[in-house]
Amino acid sequence: MIKTDALIIGAGPTGLFTAHQLKLIGLDCQIVDNLDKIGGQCIELYPDKPIYDIPAIPECTGEDLTNNLINQLKPFEIKFHLSERVEEVKKENEKWIVKTSGGKIFLTPNVIIAGGVGSFEPRKFPVKDTEKFENISVFYSIKDKTIFKGRTVTIFGGGDSALDWAVELSKNSKVNLVHRRDDFRGAEATVEKVKQLEKEGKIHLFTKYQMIAIEGKDKLENIEIQSDDKEIKKIKTDYALGFFGLIMQLGPIANWGLNIDKKTIEVDTEKFETNQKGIYAVGDICSYPGKLKLILSGFHEGALAARACFKLARPNEKYRFEFTTSSKTIKNRLGVKSD
Amino acid sequence: MAKITYITHDQQTHTIDVQNGLTVMEGAIQNDIAGIDADCGGGMACATCHVYVNENWFDKIPTKEDGEEDMLDMAFEPKKNSRLSCQITVTDELDGLIVNLPSKQS
Repeated sequence: MIKTDALIIGAGPTGLFTAHQLKLIGLDCQIVDNLDKIGGQCIELYPDKPIYDIPAIPECTGEDLTNNLINQLKPFEIKFHLSERVEEVKKENEKWIVKTSGGKIFLTPNVIIAGGVGSFEPRKFPVKDTEKFENISVFYSIKDKTIFKGRTVTIFGGGDSALDWAVELSKNSKVNLVHRRDDFRGAEATVEKVKQLEKEGKIHLFTKYQMIAIEGKDKLENIEIQSDDKEIKKIKTDYALGFFGLIMQLGPIANWGLNIDKKTIEVDTEKFETNQKGIYAVGDICSYPGKLKLILSGFHEGALAARACFKLARPNEKYRFEFTTSSKTIKNRLGVKSD
Repeated sequence: MAKITYITHDQQTHTIDVQNGLTVMEGAIQNDIAGIDADCGGGMACATCHVYVNENWFDKIPTKEDGEEDMLDMAFEPKKNSRLSCQITVTDELDGLIVNLPSKQS
């Protein structure tokens, strides 16, 4: 069991700055995120898109912002638990026991949900019955490519993941690539490579087709695809791989007894505490009258939630407000010299 | 101002006056029409405000900009008349627009 003063769920900009605020006031914290990297929506949805409304930063991309926030955390030791989703939050003796999908268990007086719009999960095939083959013959990510050797693999999608895997798997497998239109949004060089491999007969390309049915007993046997002109083709295949990007799902948060309305969690505006004592929500996932879904609002909310955490983490101490410009204690924490 | 009709997957019809300048997505969200999620808030980054534009209207609304078709690749059951409703800005010309909502957004 990992003990910490505060557990932050979500490593997006709000979660990162909240960690900074906690460390600054002398609390320790750990961060869990379902993505395999730090940055949340900024890094997953718009790493290259410019942002113009971060105070004192006229322009930066989602990736720049993430890197700057990580840099700002450098003086502190913060443990990240990536590729793990928080599954369960339970109260025990005034503290919270938090369990992750990776089997980690945390004991903490404070849980700060900085979850954006939820955790990122792969988008799945819309076709019924694909679920029963999931992780047997149907995959949305690849952990072990050797299972496809010598088999027929049908890949769906038009982005880099679909194209990269089509190219890679065509070396040792029979590959079909199915996409809903003629244009691919993947890197130009990879698109060229796929077209080259199609000419060589190593990849079979089906454009303007989408999956409409899936068949098989214990494992996948056939899929049916339909064209824009309603022409149906049956393809014999051992595996179906879908690369349709990621979607945000609220997931297990919905089961923690919090007041949730339209995928957001109600909080007060003093501590950003939910209806459960010691559970806070900050950033895009929280709602209160006048809430603005801006990164700067998340920073403010995180700063206040961090102060509220102090009370529960250090019940016998009094929190004293200090400025980073003048406080010796804070400068020590930051590892910078005092004047 | 334009009257926009949203038809949900279970054939419920909602006709709403939407102000010029708002998007078809915002018209739905502000009026609590179920079936449009708009997770990213209109940033063309999530494909959860996907709609099917009525065929009589599809060619009359402003065409897609770069990137919308890419995002539609990720939408749930995209069709030829698929659009992201956050990319359709309401004007007087859209008065009477009809959009159908998919069975789900993800």
